[in-house]
Amino acid sequence: MSTYLALAHFAQTWGLVYFVTVFVSVLTYVLWPSRKSMYDAAARVPLRED
Amino acid sequence: MPEYAFHAYLFAAASAAAVFAIVDRYYDRLAQLPPLTIDGKPNYNMGPVKFATVAAMLWGIAGFTVGLYAALELAFPVLNFDLPWLSFGRIRPLHTSAVIFAFGGNVLIGTSFYVVQRTCRARLAGDLAPWFVVLGYNFFIVIAGTGYLLGITQSKEYAEPEWYADLWLTVVWVTYFLVYIGTIMRREEPHIYVANWFYLAFILTIAVLHLGNNAAIPVSLFSPKSYIVWSGVQDAMVQWWYGHNAVGFFLTAGFLAIMYYFIPKRADRPVYSYRLSIIHIWALIFLYIWAGPHHLHYTALPDWAQTLGMTFSVMLWMPSWRGMINGLMTLSGAWDKLRTDPVLRMMVVSVAFYGMATFEGPLMSVKAVNSLSHYTDWTIGHVHSGALGWVAYVSFGAIYCLVPWLWNRRELYSLKLVNWHFWISSLGIVFYISAMWVSGILQGLMWRAYTSLGFLEYSFIETVEAMHPFYLIRALGGALFLAGALIMVVNLWKTVTSVSELEAAPGVRPALAAA
Repeated sequence: MSTYLALAHFAQTWGLVYFVTVFVSVLTYVLWPSRKSMYDAAARVPLRED
Repeated sequence: MPEYAFHAYLFAAASAAAVFAIVDRYYDRLAQLPPLTIDGKPNYNMGPVKFATVAAMLWGIAGFTVGLYAALELAFPVLNFDLPWLSFGRIRPLHTSAVIFAFGGNVLIGTSFYVVQRTCRARLAGDLAPWFVVLGYNFFIVIAGTGYLLGITQSKEYAEPEWYADLWLTVVWVTYFLVYIGTIMRREEPHIYVANWFYLAFILTIAVLHLGNNAAIPVSLFSPKSYIVWSGVQDAMVQWWYGHNAVGFFLTAGFLAIMYYFIPKRADRPVYSYRLSIIHIWALIFLYIWAGPHHLHYTALPDWAQTLGMTFSVMLWMPSWRGMINGLMTLSGAWDKLRTDPVLRMMVVSVAFYGMATFEGPLMSVKAVNSLSHYTDWTIGHVHSGALGWVAYVSFGAIYCLVPWLWNRRELYSLKLVNWHFWISSLGIVFYISAMWVSGILQGLMWRAYTSLGFLEYSFIETVEAMHPFYLIRALGGALFLAGALIMVVNLWKTVTSVSELEAAPGVRPALAAA
């Protein structure tokens, strides 16, 4: 197998796994229920006057 | 080479002016540096923000005017007067750089310095550094713009400035990054607001893109000419990796940061879904960086790379519309304000244009569609629905908000004038993009039309002649857009100068102590 094919194969398989893992991790982190109050507060950051 | 010598003189003059200003500032200094807080409130540094705001409006008017002139040259080629400095090939990069980097760049630097201070509740890091960033960046713009007119270019789209200007910009940009990150590090607010993440994505990625696409070796220290280290199709790939991410991170991520701060602020509503905004930024930056190859469909670029670029472009539709929905839904419970507040209306329409342009983009990146649209005016139309409708409108909205805040005025001089600006410019955009759609598709269809004998049905010049009426409509659209921007300048000027009618409102905004 040429280097090119090996790299292409790696990108087409493990690249996909990598992206899905990153995406699922971000979703899990962000949507975790206990973080709701923190995000609700953060959504109001621009509105606060000091 | 006299052009290069001219730039050397400019650098020398700017350096002398900078030395004088720094020494002068040193003798006039206070006993200590300006305090970070006054009476427990952050002592914001708004000088550089004001400078960038004014510079943005000046460059904006210049850039729109040059764009109009370029449009008229296409309709009436005689307008180049056979002068090299006015030829379309030099005027066009002057227009694109003036609107993207001079207007857009100053808007981004100004708003980012404002937003990072307000959302971190901290004074801008550095004393000279923020001024170095705004002044140094605008000096780069002068070098770039005069260079184009004099014929100095490395012929890379949106990266035309030659090696010495690129090196200068690198120094300015690294300082920009340090000031930004330094301000975040001294924040009082524990959470880093999402707009700052968008600004950081913009600053960091532009740095990487700039270095990658400008890896050039000058012929000599005494020559403006350089050669890029990449060659052939690799160079094309690097160029469009740069080019499309200039769109993705300069014209999108940076202006999304503006959306995430100024729309909630103006509508007086929290961000619709903060969680969505976090998924938005991560998905956007992970996908955008791969989309570049769609600029090289049906070229020597390997097929798989073209398909990759197309696939990621189509996937980009998701995070883009996620952002659009988040921006629009932030108005939940405040939709009535659209009727009374033309500034908010402008920003909401900009988000709608963002949605439209980011739907059209993935569509055009599909190979079958691209075979019709590529190299035609459809591309120009697409770019301008994004640039005029999204980038410029959200910038106008932000500047309309910023000017009264920065100069301590209660409101703008006239909301009625904003309304005029909004409707005249919107009409201009509609003329512009619909003319380019029709013209582009007509052009594409004429290019691929064959006779029954298998010959091309139209000569190239016939397709050029067919464009003429649409070029006139486009120029009209551009003129209306420019007229709207001039109304804006008058309105802002009156806002700042008519103190008697609109007294400063102490207490409404935090005091901006002079420092």
